[in-house]
Amino acid sequence: MFRQNFLITILILAAPLAVPAQTPEEKGLEIAIAADAYDKGFTDFSANMIMTLKNKAGDTSTRYIRIRTLEVDGDGDKSLSIFDEPADVKGTKMLTYSHGLEPDDQWLYLPALKKVKRISSRNKSGPFMGSTFAYEDLGSQEVEKYTYKYLRNEACGEWECYVVERYPAYEFSGYTRQVAWIDTEGYRLVKAEFYDRKKSLLKTLTASDFKQYLGHYWRPGRMNMINHQTGKSTLLEWKDYQFKTGLAERDFRSQSLERVK
Amino acid sequence: MRRSGLAVGLLLICAEVSAEFSGNVAVEAQLFSETARFDEQYDDNVTASFKPRWVGEWNQGDDLWSLELFLRADDKDGGREHADLREALWLHLSGDNEWRVGINTMFWGVIESKHLVDVINQIDQVEGIDGEEKLGQPMLHLKRYREWGVLDFLVLPAFRERTFQQKEGRLRPLLVVETDLVEYESSDEDRHVDYALRFSQTYGGLDLGLSWFKGTSRDPVLQVGLDDAGKPVLIPFYQQMTQVGVDAQLIYADWIWRLEAIRREANAGDYNAYTAGFEYTFFGILETATDLGLLLEYSYDGRDKDEADPLDDDVFLGARFAFNDEQSSEILAGFFIDAGNRGRSFRVEANRRFGASWKGTLELQTFSNIDADDPLAALAEDDYLLLEMAYYF
Repeated sequence: MFRQNFLITILILAAPLAVPAQTPEEKGLEIAIAADAYDKGFTDFSANMIMTLKNKAGDTSTRYIRIRTLEVDGDGDKSLSIFDEPADVKGTKMLTYSHGLEPDDQWLYLPALKKVKRISSRNKSGPFMGSTFAYEDLGSQEVEKYTYKYLRNEACGEWECYVVERYPAYEFSGYTRQVAWIDTEGYRLVKAEFYDRKKSLLKTLTASDFKQYLGHYWRPGRMNMINHQTGKSTLLEWKDYQFKTGLAERDFRSQSLERVK
Repeated sequence: MRRSGLAVGLLLICAEVSAEFSGNVAVEAQLFSETARFDEQYDDNVTASFKPRWVGEWNQGDDLWSLELFLRADDKDGGREHADLREALWLHLSGDNEWRVGINTMFWGVIESKHLVDVINQIDQVEGIDGEEKLGQPMLHLKRYREWGVLDFLVLPAFRERTFQQKEGRLRPLLVVETDLVEYESSDEDRHVDYALRFSQTYGGLDLGLSWFKGTSRDPVLQVGLDDAGKPVLIPFYQQMTQVGVDAQLIYADWIWRLEAIRREANAGDYNAYTAGFEYTFFGILETATDLGLLLEYSYDGRDKDEADPLDDDVFLGARFAFNDEQSSEILAGFFIDAGNRGRSFRVEANRRFGASWKGTLELQTFSNIDADDPLAALAEDDYLLLEMAYYF
């Protein structure tokens, strides 16, 4: 795909009037498709997440969450989050079947009642666990969830990045647009800016400490999300990433949430 | 007392095994707004509870065990002071099968205001009138995962009696329930072996469950009788029953529709009951992060009024505020209105986290306009305010 485009680019340079140029929208979509293709085939992974919430005054509070994700062919991923801290929510589990543009299926397991509850996944813009991350920031990123516009290439730290605008195509997003910096080699999302419904800058995400797994897939060790309007920020630290751990469909059923651990 | 001894023994065993330890300690203060009907009842009370939990695994996580205890100390209320093993379980995962042996607590159903299909565990009624605190149930449980659904097979070899407030307790019937005089329809009494089956599956936005239970009913019939001293008391009688149930939940846009329906067959008579309703959620109200869910549920019970559940022809109206803040603050307010006699009960529960480890809960319960012949009549003077502070570890 990419090599072909390279050829097309040469052709365009050679005969600018003969071939119609790729529009910024086409190029943006092409980058998103390439990034999605690059990340395919991971099968499953598990990781631990430490979430540190910081308010304007600098007070912090911490959440520990274990994440397990199963790749699903032809649909969004299935994902299970198990909460370990704060202690009063220990054992709470959230199961999500993502579906691109369709609403996700989502269940919550409440250990105090040992009850599985179906929950609505429409509060996409709602804060996750009181943090500056919204549910939509942490969900599965399918290509069809956005329309795209390529802006430019620019250096981003040690890498070269595509700068692409994304416009949510799903309902109930809290954003009018996002600007994403994606590196041209490993498709790492290095930075993103989020613009609210009033089109002003709401949040900035910066990701760092990237590590490569299975010799291919890049995952950040740290993701920091600053809310410019409230002065709050949230740091996600990802630990103990493991791929192809043998997770199966049955580990992602609402009926398996009552397992003791 | 024998049960407490067992609990301490298990505690000692667990101290020897490395395991994940969690749980909470809570102190609760309860204040009643009206003077009690009877001199021996209290008007305010402070009690403490302890709920430790241990979980461990071996065999690369294919085998797990868990132990959960519940203990309540109560100076004024002997009926509430009790210890229970909520969970003492060995779980074995083998491919698409899960085996559970031991004592467990489980929840079936989808309705918020009432629990019709949830018949596996006995209710720990002294812990609350909403039936959501339950006693551990001994069981052998096989869960099988299939493409077309999940099957649960349960064998329940022992029966647990419901807990009741004693004479000093509030929120009790006018006559004291004398559990020492308990009667059973089956000659096997509390050793009758019960069986249950459940099928459950998700079809996109629909969650469906079908269940079947055959054995000792968890709901006692309270019969007036005399105790050894010749005083009138209520004697719990546990019938044999067969129950089939369906529970369904359909999510569509901002709506969640819910249904639970049962048919219960027993020698005393067969009947049907159902609860149906919805929850509609407004997300991010008034440009805040707060979600507001509105609930409406209607409950019907086919028995005569004097035999039926208190929610025999009742509407539940509820509002749930989820503030989505750092403290996970929530408020749930609910009205039960008897469509026949207009009796009302109102309940608000609010809770939030304090710091990293504390959680505070405020609960307000009132009863009003209750007819003398309503099953809730005995509670008419038991409006209360409850404050609980719990430390989680």
